[in-house]
Amino acid sequence: MASALINVPKRAKRGDIIEIRALTSHIMETGYRRKASGEIVPRDIITSFTCRFNGQEIFRADLFPAIAANPYFSFFTTARESGRFEFEWTGDNGFSQTASAAITVE
Amino acid sequence: MNTLRQVGRRDALRGVAALAASLALPSITHAQPAARVIVVGGGFGGAACARALKRIDAKLAVTLIEPNKTFTACPFSNEVIAGLRNIEAQQFGYGKLAAEGIDIVAQAVKAIDPQRRAVMLADGTSLSYDRLVLAPGIELRFDALPGYDESAAQKMPHAWQAGEQTLLLRRQIEAMEDGGLVAIAVPANPLRCPPAPYERASLIAHYLKSRKPRSKVLILDAKDNFSQQRLFEKAWNELYDGIIERIALSDGGRVTSVDASTNTIITEFGDHIAAVANIIPPQRAGRIAAIAGAADKTGWCPIDPVTFASKLLPDVHVIGDACLGGAIPKSASAASAQGKACARAIFDLLSGKAPETPKLSGICYDTVAPGYAFSLAGLYQSKDDIFAEVEGGGSSAVDAPREVRAREAEAARNWYTTITEETFG
Repeated sequence: MASALINVPKRAKRGDIIEIRALTSHIMETGYRRKASGEIVPRDIITSFTCRFNGQEIFRADLFPAIAANPYFSFFTTARESGRFEFEWTGDNGFSQTASAAITVE
Repeated sequence: MNTLRQVGRRDALRGVAALAASLALPSITHAQPAARVIVVGGGFGGAACARALKRIDAKLAVTLIEPNKTFTACPFSNEVIAGLRNIEAQQFGYGKLAAEGIDIVAQAVKAIDPQRRAVMLADGTSLSYDRLVLAPGIELRFDALPGYDESAAQKMPHAWQAGEQTLLLRRQIEAMEDGGLVAIAVPANPLRCPPAPYERASLIAHYLKSRKPRSKVLILDAKDNFSQQRLFEKAWNELYDGIIERIALSDGGRVTSVDASTNTIITEFGDHIAAVANIIPPQRAGRIAAIAGAADKTGWCPIDPVTFASKLLPDVHVIGDACLGGAIPKSASAASAQGKACARAIFDLLSGKAPETPKLSGICYDTVAPGYAFSLAGLYQSKDDIFAEVEGGGSSAVDAPREVRAREAEAARNWYTTITEETFG
Protein backbone atom coordinates (compact mmCIF):
# COMPACT_ATOMS: atom_id res chain seq x y z
CA MET A 1 0.00 0.00 0.00
CA ALA A 2 1.47 3.30 -1.05
CA SER A 3 1.81 5.57 1.98
CA ALA A 4 1.89 8.92 0.16
CA LEU A 5 0.61 9.69 -3.31
CA ILE A 6 1.12 12.95 -5.14
CA ASN A 7 0.03 14.17 -8.53
CA VAL A 8 1.79 17.21 -10.00
CA PRO A 9 1.85 17.97 -13.75
CA LYS A 10 5.29 17.16 -15.15
CA ARG A 11 5.21 20.23 -17.39
CA ALA A 12 3.17 23.41 -17.64
CA LYS A 13 3.23 26.72 -19.48
CA ARG A 14 4.23 29.81 -17.52
CA GLY A 15 1.11 31.32 -15.99
CA ASP A 16 -0.95 28.12 -16.19
CA ILE A 17 -3.16 27.32 -13.22
CA ILE A 18 -2.27 23.77 -12.20
CA GLU A 19 -3.94 21.29 -9.87
CA ILE A 20 -1.91 19.50 -7.22
CA ARG A 21 -3.20 16.42 -5.42
CA ALA A 22 -1.79 14.71 -2.37
CA LEU A 23 -3.07 11.73 -0.43
CA THR A 24 -1.54 9.88 2.46
CA SER A 25 -2.66 6.70 4.15
CA HIS A 26 -3.47 7.36 7.78
CA ILE A 27 -5.97 5.95 10.25
CA MET A 28 -7.01 9.42 11.63
CA GLU A 29 -8.17 7.92 14.93
CA THR A 30 -10.27 10.62 16.59
CA GLY A 31 -9.52 9.90 20.25
CA TYR A 32 -13.23 9.84 21.02
CA ARG A 33 -13.92 6.17 20.42
CA ARG A 34 -13.91 3.55 23.14
CA LYS A 35 -12.86 -0.08 23.04
CA ALA A 36 -15.28 -2.80 24.18
CA SER A 37 -13.52 -2.64 27.57
CA GLY A 38 -14.45 1.04 27.91
CA GLU A 39 -10.96 2.46 27.45
CA ILE A 40 -10.53 5.40 25.08
CA VAL A 41 -8.76 4.56 21.82
CA PRO A 42 -5.92 7.10 21.91
CA ARG A 43 -5.97 9.90 19.38
CA ASP A 44 -3.71 9.34 16.38
CA ILE A 45 -4.15 11.92 13.65
CA ILE A 46 -2.14 13.95 11.18
CA THR A 47 -2.09 17.52 12.48
CA SER A 48 -0.39 19.40 9.67
CA PHE A 49 0.11 19.26 5.91
CA THR A 50 2.47 21.61 4.13
CA CYS A 51 3.47 22.09 0.50
CA ARG A 52 6.60 24.11 -0.39
CA PHE A 53 7.78 25.12 -3.84
CA ASN A 54 11.51 25.75 -4.18
CA GLY A 55 11.64 26.10 -0.40
CA GLN A 56 8.79 28.57 -0.07
CA GLU A 57 5.54 27.56 1.57
CA ILE A 58 2.61 27.76 -0.87
CA PHE A 59 -0.08 25.75 0.93
CA ARG A 60 -0.68 24.63 4.47
CA ALA A 61 -3.54 22.96 6.32
CA ASP A 62 -4.14 22.10 9.95
CA LEU A 63 -5.99 18.81 10.42
CA PHE A 64 -8.41 17.92 13.20
CA PRO A 65 -10.09 14.73 14.48
CA ALA A 66 -13.18 15.21 12.30
CA ILE A 67 -11.16 14.68 9.13
CA ALA A 68 -11.60 11.19 7.67
CA ALA A 69 -8.96 8.52 7.27
CA ASN A 70 -6.51 8.82 4.36
CA PRO A 71 -6.74 12.62 3.99
CA TYR A 72 -6.81 13.79 0.41
CA PHE A 73 -5.93 17.37 -0.60
CA SER A 74 -6.45 19.01 -3.94
CA PHE A 75 -5.43 22.62 -4.49
CA PHE A 76 -4.40 24.98 -7.26
CA THR A 77 -1.39 27.16 -7.86
CA THR A 78 0.07 29.19 -10.72
CA ALA A 79 3.06 27.74 -12.55
CA ARG A 80 5.74 30.49 -12.54
CA GLU A 81 9.06 28.66 -12.81
CA SER A 82 10.57 25.22 -12.97
CA GLY A 83 11.35 23.63 -9.65
CA ARG A 84 10.40 21.13 -7.02
CA PHE A 85 7.32 20.74 -4.85
CA GLU A 86 7.93 19.27 -1.41
CA PHE A 87 5.13 17.84 0.68
CA GLU A 88 5.22 17.18 4.40
CA TRP A 89 2.71 15.57 6.73
CA THR A 90 3.24 15.60 10.51
CA GLY A 91 1.07 14.31 13.33
CA ASP A 92 0.61 12.50 16.61
CA ASN A 93 3.12 9.96 17.88
CA GLY A 94 5.91 11.61 15.89
CA PHE A 95 4.24 10.86 12.54
CA SER A 96 6.21 12.35 9.68
CA GLN A 97 5.99 11.73 5.96
CA THR A 98 7.51 13.53 3.01
CA ALA A 99 7.26 13.40 -0.75
CA SER A 100 8.39 15.57 -3.64
CA ALA A 101 7.84 16.12 -7.37
CA ALA A 102 9.48 18.25 -10.04
CA ILE A 103 7.80 20.47 -12.62
CA THR A 104 9.21 21.97 -15.80
CA VAL A 105 7.70 25.36 -16.67
CA GLU A 106 8.17 26.45 -20.27
CA MET B 1 -34.31 -19.05 -1.44
CA ASN B 2 -35.70 -15.80 -2.58
CA THR B 3 -38.83 -15.86 -0.54
CA LEU B 4 -40.80 -12.95 0.67
CA ARG B 5 -42.02 -13.34 4.18
CA GLN B 6 -44.95 -11.32 5.42
CA VAL B 7 -44.77 -10.83 9.14
CA GLY B 8 -47.91 -10.75 11.23
CA ARG B 9 -46.96 -7.63 13.12
CA ARG B 10 -48.33 -4.37 11.81
CA ASP B 11 -46.87 -0.95 11.96
CA ALA B 12 -50.04 0.56 13.39
CA LEU B 13 -49.31 4.22 12.82
CA ARG B 14 -48.11 3.74 9.27
CA GLY B 15 -51.04 1.43 8.57
CA VAL B 16 -53.55 4.03 9.65
CA ALA B 17 -51.88 6.72 7.58
CA ALA B 18 -51.84 4.48 4.51
CA LEU B 19 -55.46 3.50 5.06
CA ALA B 20 -56.50 7.12 5.28
CA ALA B 21 -54.61 7.83 2.08
CA SER B 22 -56.30 4.97 0.26
CA LEU B 23 -59.77 5.96 1.44
CA ALA B 24 -59.13 9.44 0.17
CA LEU B 25 -58.92 8.10 -3.37
CA PRO B 26 -62.20 8.86 -5.10
CA SER B 27 -62.97 5.82 -7.17
CA ILE B 28 -61.39 2.67 -5.79
CA THR B 29 -63.43 0.34 -3.65
CA HIS B 30 -64.38 -3.31 -3.79
CA ALA B 31 -67.57 -2.71 -5.75
CA GLN B 32 -65.93 -0.79 -8.58
CA PRO B 33 -64.77 -2.36 -11.87
CA ALA B 34 -61.41 -4.10 -11.82
CA ALA B 35 -58.63 -1.76 -10.77
CA ARG B 36 -55.95 -1.08 -13.36
CA VAL B 37 -52.31 -1.49 -12.41
CA ILE B 38 -49.55 -0.67 -14.87
CA VAL B 39 -46.03 -1.93 -14.31
CA VAL B 40 -43.28 -0.22 -16.30
CA GLY B 41 -40.16 -2.35 -16.76
CA GLY B 42 -39.95 -6.10 -17.25
CA GLY B 43 -36.88 -7.06 -15.25
CA PHE B 44 -36.76 -9.18 -12.10
CA GLY B 45 -38.68 -6.55 -10.07
CA GLY B 46 -41.34 -5.53 -12.60
CA ALA B 47 -42.09 -9.01 -13.94
CA ALA B 48 -42.32 -10.46 -10.41
CA CYS B 49 -44.66 -7.63 -9.39
CA ALA B 50 -46.95 -8.03 -12.43
CA ARG B 51 -47.14 -11.76 -11.88
CA ALA B 52 -47.80 -11.44 -8.14
CA LEU B 53 -50.57 -8.88 -8.72
CA LYS B 54 -52.38 -11.21 -11.09
CA ARG B 55 -51.96 -14.17 -8.75
CA ILE B 56 -53.21 -12.25 -5.70
CA ASP B 57 -56.29 -11.05 -7.54
CA ALA B 58 -57.09 -12.43 -10.99
CA LYS B 59 -59.63 -9.62 -11.50
CA LEU B 60 -56.96 -6.91 -11.48
CA ALA B 61 -56.21 -5.50 -14.93
CA VAL B 62 -52.41 -5.76 -15.02
CA THR B 63 -50.34 -4.28 -17.84
CA LEU B 64 -46.59 -4.73 -18.18
CA ILE B 65 -44.88 -2.16 -20.39
CA GLU B 66 -41.46 -3.27 -21.63
CA PRO B 67 -39.97 -2.27 -24.99
CA ASN B 68 -37.65 -5.29 -25.25
CA LYS B 69 -39.25 -8.53 -26.36
CA THR B 70 -36.40 -10.48 -24.77
CA PHE B 71 -35.01 -9.84 -21.31
CA THR B 72 -31.30 -10.47 -20.77
CA ALA B 73 -30.51 -11.21 -17.13
CA CYS B 74 -27.46 -9.76 -15.38
CA PRO B 75 -26.91 -12.46 -12.73
CA PHE B 76 -24.46 -15.01 -14.18
CA SER B 77 -23.63 -12.72 -17.11
CA ASN B 78 -20.07 -12.50 -15.76
CA GLU B 79 -19.79 -16.16 -16.77
CA VAL B 80 -20.75 -15.17 -20.31
CA ILE B 81 -17.91 -12.62 -20.33
CA ALA B 82 -15.47 -15.31 -19.17
CA GLY B 83 -16.63 -17.71 -21.89
CA LEU B 84 -18.16 -20.17 -19.41
CA ARG B 85 -21.75 -19.70 -20.56
CA ASN B 86 -23.75 -18.66 -23.60
CA ILE B 87 -25.83 -15.47 -23.63
CA GLU B 88 -28.92 -17.52 -24.53
CA ALA B 89 -28.89 -18.93 -20.98
CA GLN B 90 -29.50 -15.34 -19.83
CA GLN B 91 -32.48 -14.63 -22.08
CA PHE B 92 -36.17 -14.87 -21.31
CA GLY B 93 -39.44 -13.86 -22.97
CA TYR B 94 -42.78 -12.69 -21.63
CA GLY B 95 -44.99 -15.40 -23.19
CA LYS B 96 -45.82 -17.09 -19.89
CA LEU B 97 -46.81 -13.78 -18.31
CA ALA B 98 -49.12 -13.04 -21.24
CA ALA B 99 -50.66 -16.51 -20.88
CA GLU B 100 -51.56 -15.66 -17.28
CA GLY B 101 -53.60 -12.69 -18.45
CA ILE B 102 -51.02 -9.94 -18.06
CA ASP B 103 -51.26 -7.47 -20.90
CA ILE B 104 -47.75 -7.11 -22.35
CA VAL B 105 -47.15 -3.84 -24.18
CA ALA B 106 -43.85 -3.88 -26.08
CA GLN B 107 -43.29 -0.15 -26.23
CA ALA B 108 -41.18 2.57 -24.71
CA VAL B 109 -42.79 5.02 -22.31
CA LYS B 110 -42.61 8.61 -23.54
CA ALA B 111 -44.22 10.44 -20.64
CA ILE B 112 -46.13 9.93 -17.42
CA ASP B 113 -48.86 12.25 -16.16
CA PRO B 114 -49.36 11.48 -12.46
CA GLN B 115 -52.22 13.98 -12.13
CA ARG B 116 -54.31 12.33 -14.86
CA ARG B 117 -52.88 8.91 -13.92
CA ALA B 118 -51.84 8.20 -17.48
CA VAL B 119 -48.83 6.69 -19.24
CA MET B 120 -48.06 7.98 -22.74
CA LEU B 121 -46.38 5.53 -25.09
CA ALA B 122 -43.97 6.06 -27.98
CA ASP B 123 -46.70 5.33 -30.55
CA GLY B 124 -48.85 8.15 -29.17
CA THR B 125 -51.37 6.02 -27.30
CA SER B 126 -52.12 6.62 -23.68
CA LEU B 127 -52.98 4.13 -20.91
CA SER B 128 -54.63 5.08 -17.64
CA TYR B 129 -54.07 3.46 -14.26
CA ASP B 130 -55.22 3.40 -10.67
CA ARG B 131 -51.76 2.44 -9.47
CA LEU B 132 -48.49 2.66 -11.36
CA VAL B 133 -45.38 0.62 -10.55
CA LEU B 134 -42.06 1.86 -11.90
CA ALA B 135 -39.34 -0.78 -12.18
CA PRO B 136 -36.96 0.91 -14.62
CA GLY B 137 -33.71 -0.50 -13.26
CA ILE B 138 -30.66 1.67 -13.77
CA GLU B 139 -29.43 4.15 -16.32
CA LEU B 140 -25.70 4.49 -16.84
CA ARG B 141 -24.57 8.06 -16.37
CA PHE B 142 -22.78 9.12 -19.52
CA ASP B 143 -22.40 12.61 -18.05
CA ALA B 144 -20.50 11.61 -14.91
CA LEU B 145 -17.08 10.44 -16.05
CA PRO B 146 -15.26 12.81 -18.44
CA GLY B 147 -14.51 11.04 -21.72
CA TYR B 148 -17.02 8.27 -21.12
CA ASP B 149 -20.11 8.63 -23.28
CA GLU B 150 -22.19 6.22 -25.34
CA SER B 151 -19.68 6.12 -28.19
CA ALA B 152 -16.77 5.53 -25.78
CA ALA B 153 -18.77 2.58 -24.41
CA GLN B 154 -18.48 0.92 -27.84
CA LYS B 155 -14.69 0.87 -27.35
CA MET B 156 -14.54 0.57 -23.55
CA PRO B 157 -17.59 -1.54 -22.68
CA HIS B 158 -19.43 -1.19 -19.38
CA ALA B 159 -21.25 -4.54 -19.70
CA TRP B 160 -23.38 -3.36 -16.78
CA GLN B 161 -26.65 -3.95 -18.60
CA ALA B 162 -26.55 -7.46 -19.98
CA GLY B 163 -26.80 -8.02 -23.71
CA GLU B 164 -24.65 -6.66 -26.55
CA GLN B 165 -22.27 -5.01 -24.08
CA THR B 166 -21.67 -8.36 -22.36
CA LEU B 167 -20.74 -9.93 -25.69
CA LEU B 168 -18.56 -6.97 -26.68
CA LEU B 169 -16.47 -7.33 -23.53
CA ARG B 170 -16.22 -11.09 -24.08
CA ARG B 171 -15.03 -10.63 -27.69
CA GLN B 172 -12.42 -8.07 -26.62
CA ILE B 173 -11.01 -10.43 -23.98
CA GLU B 174 -11.00 -13.34 -26.46
CA ALA B 175 -9.20 -11.21 -29.05
CA MET B 176 -6.62 -9.84 -26.60
CA GLU B 177 -3.05 -11.08 -26.96
CA ASP B 178 -1.39 -12.92 -24.11
CA GLY B 179 0.29 -10.43 -21.79
CA GLY B 180 -2.47 -7.85 -22.11
CA LEU B 181 -3.99 -5.89 -19.26
CA VAL B 182 -7.72 -6.05 -18.56
CA ALA B 183 -8.66 -3.03 -16.42
CA ILE B 184 -11.98 -2.74 -14.59
CA ALA B 185 -13.04 0.72 -13.37
CA VAL B 186 -15.41 0.53 -10.39
CA PRO B 187 -17.52 3.52 -9.29
CA ALA B 188 -18.43 4.58 -5.75
CA ASN B 189 -21.68 3.36 -4.18
CA PRO B 190 -24.53 3.14 -4.94
CA LEU B 191 -24.27 0.78 -7.87
CA ARG B 192 -26.19 -2.16 -9.25
CA CYS B 193 -25.00 -5.42 -7.68
CA PRO B 194 -22.14 -4.14 -5.47
CA PRO B 195 -19.99 -7.33 -5.44
CA ALA B 196 -20.33 -7.96 -9.20
CA PRO B 197 -17.17 -6.08 -10.29
CA TYR B 198 -15.09 -8.40 -8.11
CA GLU B 199 -16.86 -11.51 -9.35
CA ARG B 200 -16.17 -10.26 -12.87
CA ALA B 201 -12.47 -9.73 -12.10
CA SER B 202 -12.33 -13.27 -10.67
CA LEU B 203 -13.95 -14.96 -13.66
CA ILE B 204 -11.89 -13.00 -16.18
CA ALA B 205 -8.78 -14.07 -14.21
CA HIS B 206 -10.02 -17.66 -14.45
CA TYR B 207 -10.17 -17.35 -18.24
CA LEU B 208 -6.75 -15.65 -18.46
CA LYS B 209 -5.06 -18.18 -16.17
CA SER B 210 -5.65 -21.04 -18.60
CA ARG B 211 -5.70 -19.20 -21.94
CA LYS B 212 -3.46 -16.15 -21.57
CA PRO B 213 -1.32 -16.79 -18.51
CA ARG B 214 0.90 -13.70 -18.88
CA SER B 215 -2.12 -11.37 -18.76
CA LYS B 216 -3.38 -9.48 -15.72
CA VAL B 217 -6.57 -7.97 -14.31
CA LEU B 218 -6.34 -4.54 -12.70
CA ILE B 219 -9.24 -3.20 -10.61
CA LEU B 220 -9.30 0.60 -10.31
CA ASP B 221 -11.66 1.23 -7.45
CA ALA B 222 -13.41 4.36 -6.15
CA LYS B 223 -14.05 2.48 -2.90
CA ASP B 224 -11.76 1.38 -0.11
CA ASN B 225 -13.92 -1.50 1.06
CA PHE B 226 -16.35 -3.68 -0.82
CA SER B 227 -18.98 -6.34 -0.29
CA GLN B 228 -17.61 -9.78 0.62
CA GLN B 229 -14.06 -8.38 0.51
CA ARG B 230 -12.43 -10.95 2.79
CA LEU B 231 -13.95 -13.84 0.86
CA PHE B 232 -12.86 -12.40 -2.47
CA GLU B 233 -9.35 -11.62 -1.28
CA LYS B 234 -8.94 -15.11 0.13
CA ALA B 235 -10.10 -16.61 -3.17
CA TRP B 236 -7.73 -14.37 -5.13
CA ASN B 237 -4.82 -15.50 -2.96
CA GLU B 238 -5.77 -19.13 -3.48
CA LEU B 239 -6.58 -19.03 -7.18
CA TYR B 240 -5.31 -15.87 -8.84
CA ASP B 241 -2.14 -14.85 -7.04
CA GLY B 242 -0.27 -12.36 -9.23
CA ILE B 243 -3.11 -12.17 -11.76
CA ILE B 244 -5.53 -9.78 -10.01
CA GLU B 245 -4.31 -6.45 -8.67
CA ARG B 246 -6.59 -3.89 -7.04
CA ILE B 247 -5.87 -0.21 -6.45
CA ALA B 248 -8.30 1.07 -3.81
CA LEU B 249 -9.54 4.64 -3.33
CA SER B 250 -6.90 5.47 -0.73
CA ASP B 251 -4.19 4.07 -2.99
CA GLY B 252 -5.30 6.44 -5.74
CA GLY B 253 -7.63 4.04 -7.57
CA ARG B 254 -10.53 6.39 -8.26
CA VAL B 255 -10.96 6.92 -12.01
CA THR B 256 -11.40 10.59 -12.92
CA SER B 257 -11.57 10.40 -16.72
CA VAL B 258 -10.96 8.10 -19.67
CA ASP B 259 -9.61 8.52 -23.19
CA ALA B 260 -11.27 6.01 -25.49
CA SER B 261 -8.97 6.86 -28.44
CA THR B 262 -5.96 5.41 -26.57
CA ASN B 263 -7.77 3.08 -24.13
CA THR B 264 -6.30 5.13 -21.29
CA ILE B 265 -7.86 5.24 -17.83
CA ILE B 266 -6.85 8.26 -15.77
CA THR B 267 -7.00 8.02 -11.98
CA GLU B 268 -6.34 10.68 -9.37
CA PHE B 269 -2.72 9.57 -9.15
CA GLY B 270 -1.78 7.95 -12.42
CA ASP B 271 -2.67 6.75 -15.93
CA HIS B 272 -3.23 3.15 -17.02
CA ILE B 273 -3.31 1.96 -20.63
CA ALA B 274 -5.37 -1.20 -20.91
CA ALA B 275 -5.65 -3.76 -23.71
CA VAL B 276 -9.26 -4.19 -22.58
CA ALA B 277 -10.91 -1.43 -20.55
CA ASN B 278 -14.16 -2.30 -18.78
CA ILE B 279 -15.52 0.99 -17.49
CA ILE B 280 -18.41 0.73 -15.04
CA PRO B 281 -19.69 4.31 -14.82
CA PRO B 282 -21.76 5.86 -12.01
CA GLN B 283 -25.47 5.09 -12.26
CA ARG B 284 -28.89 6.50 -11.48
CA ALA B 285 -32.49 5.27 -11.62
CA GLY B 286 -33.66 4.21 -15.08
CA ARG B 287 -34.76 6.88 -17.56
CA ILE B 288 -38.48 6.53 -16.78
CA ALA B 289 -37.93 7.59 -13.16
CA ALA B 290 -36.67 11.00 -14.18
CA ILE B 291 -39.35 11.41 -16.89
CA ALA B 292 -42.05 10.66 -14.32
CA GLY B 293 -40.51 12.94 -11.70
CA ALA B 294 -40.05 10.06 -9.24
CA ALA B 295 -36.29 10.61 -8.81
CA ASP B 296 -34.83 13.16 -6.41
CA LYS B 297 -31.54 15.03 -6.70
CA THR B 298 -29.59 11.86 -5.88
CA GLY B 299 -30.86 10.41 -9.16
CA TRP B 300 -32.73 7.65 -7.27
CA CYS B 301 -36.36 7.37 -6.12
CA PRO B 302 -37.35 7.93 -2.49
CA ILE B 303 -40.06 5.50 -1.33
CA ASP B 304 -42.15 4.55 1.66
CA PRO B 305 -40.54 1.31 2.91
CA VAL B 306 -43.88 -0.35 3.67
CA THR B 307 -45.75 0.18 0.40
CA PHE B 308 -42.94 1.25 -1.99
CA ALA B 309 -45.10 4.32 -2.69
CA SER B 310 -43.13 7.16 -4.22
CA LYS B 311 -42.55 10.05 -1.82
CA LEU B 312 -42.74 12.44 -4.76
CA LEU B 313 -45.73 11.23 -6.79
CA PRO B 314 -49.23 10.03 -5.81
CA ASP B 315 -50.42 6.54 -6.82
CA VAL B 316 -46.91 5.62 -8.02
CA HIS B 317 -44.72 2.88 -6.53
CA VAL B 318 -41.03 2.35 -7.29
CA ILE B 319 -39.25 -0.99 -6.88
CA GLY B 320 -35.92 -2.60 -7.68
CA ASP B 321 -32.59 -0.94 -8.47
CA ALA B 322 -34.27 2.44 -9.09
CA CYS B 323 -35.50 3.02 -5.54
CA LEU B 324 -33.65 4.33 -2.53
CA GLY B 325 -33.85 1.04 -0.69
CA GLY B 326 -31.73 1.87 2.35
CA ALA B 327 -29.71 -1.21 3.27
CA ILE B 328 -31.21 -3.36 0.50
CA PRO B 329 -28.64 -4.02 -2.23
CA LYS B 330 -29.55 -3.38 -5.85
CA SER B 331 -29.82 -7.03 -6.85
CA ALA B 332 -32.15 -9.30 -8.81
CA SER B 333 -33.10 -11.17 -5.68
CA ALA B 334 -34.00 -8.00 -3.77
CA ALA B 335 -35.89 -6.57 -6.75
CA SER B 336 -37.96 -9.73 -6.99
CA ALA B 337 -38.77 -9.64 -3.26
CA GLN B 338 -39.70 -5.97 -3.56
CA GLY B 339 -41.92 -6.67 -6.58
CA LYS B 340 -43.89 -9.27 -4.67
CA ALA B 341 -44.18 -7.16 -1.50
CA CYS B 342 -45.26 -4.16 -3.57
CA ALA B 343 -47.95 -6.25 -5.28
CA ARG B 344 -49.32 -7.23 -1.86
CA ALA B 345 -49.29 -3.61 -0.66
CA ILE B 346 -51.08 -2.42 -3.80
CA PHE B 347 -53.74 -5.09 -3.39
CA ASP B 348 -54.25 -4.04 0.24
CA LEU B 349 -54.43 -0.36 -0.64
CA LEU B 350 -56.90 -1.00 -3.46
CA SER B 351 -59.07 -3.09 -1.12
CA GLY B 352 -59.00 -0.45 1.59
CA LYS B 353 -56.88 -2.54 3.94
CA ALA B 354 -53.86 -1.36 5.88
CA PRO B 355 -50.73 -2.78 4.24
CA GLU B 356 -48.54 -4.98 6.39
CA THR B 357 -44.92 -4.13 6.97
CA PRO B 358 -42.97 -6.47 4.69
CA LYS B 359 -39.84 -8.31 5.69
CA LEU B 360 -37.73 -8.79 2.60
CA SER B 361 -35.00 -11.27 1.98
CA GLY B 362 -32.27 -11.05 -0.59
CA ILE B 363 -29.44 -13.36 -1.47
CA CYS B 364 -26.41 -12.76 -3.57
CA TYR B 365 -24.04 -15.45 -4.84
CA ASP B 366 -20.55 -14.69 -6.05
CA THR B 367 -18.82 -17.23 -8.24
CA VAL B 368 -15.05 -16.78 -8.46
CA ALA B 369 -14.32 -19.94 -10.47
CA PRO B 370 -16.31 -22.95 -11.65
CA GLY B 371 -17.21 -24.87 -8.49
CA TYR B 372 -16.15 -22.05 -6.15
CA ALA B 373 -18.80 -19.65 -4.86
CA PHE B 374 -19.91 -17.90 -1.69
CA SER B 375 -22.99 -15.98 -0.69
CA LEU B 376 -24.47 -13.18 1.34
CA ALA B 377 -28.06 -13.40 2.56
CA GLY B 378 -29.83 -10.46 4.11
CA LEU B 379 -33.17 -9.72 5.76
CA TYR B 380 -34.56 -6.20 5.58
CA GLN B 381 -37.41 -4.38 7.25
CA SER B 382 -38.53 -0.77 7.44
CA LYS B 383 -37.06 1.20 10.31
CA ASP B 384 -37.22 4.97 10.70
CA ASP B 385 -38.71 5.38 7.23
CA ILE B 386 -36.05 3.38 5.42
CA PHE B 387 -35.18 -0.27 4.90
CA ALA B 388 -32.64 -1.49 7.43
CA GLU B 389 -30.91 -4.82 7.70
CA VAL B 390 -32.30 -6.97 10.52
CA GLU B 391 -31.03 -10.09 12.31
CA GLY B 392 -31.20 -13.33 10.43
CA GLY B 393 -28.97 -12.83 7.41
CA GLY B 394 -25.53 -14.27 7.01
CA SER B 395 -22.43 -14.53 4.92
CA SER B 396 -20.40 -17.60 3.98
CA ALA B 397 -17.61 -18.32 6.44
CA VAL B 398 -14.22 -17.02 5.34
CA ASP B 399 -12.50 -20.23 6.47
CA ALA B 400 -14.96 -22.70 4.96
CA PRO B 401 -13.39 -25.67 3.14
CA ARG B 402 -13.54 -26.04 -0.64
CA GLU B 403 -16.39 -28.58 -0.45
CA VAL B 404 -18.55 -25.78 0.97
CA ARG B 405 -17.54 -23.46 -1.87
CA ALA B 406 -18.45 -26.21 -4.34
CA ARG B 407 -21.85 -26.69 -2.71
CA GLU B 408 -22.46 -22.95 -2.84
CA ALA B 409 -21.60 -22.94 -6.54
CA GLU B 410 -24.29 -25.57 -7.02
CA ALA B 411 -26.70 -23.56 -4.85
CA ALA B 412 -25.98 -20.47 -6.99
CA ARG B 413 -27.04 -22.36 -10.14
CA ASN B 414 -30.17 -23.62 -8.42
CA TRP B 415 -30.97 -20.09 -7.26
CA TYR B 416 -30.71 -18.81 -10.83
CA THR B 417 -32.96 -21.58 -12.15
CA THR B 418 -35.49 -20.87 -9.41
CA ILE B 419 -35.64 -17.09 -9.73
CA THR B 420 -35.80 -17.08 -13.53
CA GLU B 421 -38.45 -19.84 -13.53
CA GLU B 422 -40.43 -17.99 -10.88
CA THR B 423 -40.22 -14.70 -12.79
CA PHE B 424 -40.48 -15.72 -16.44
CA GLY B 425 -41.10 -19.49 -16.62
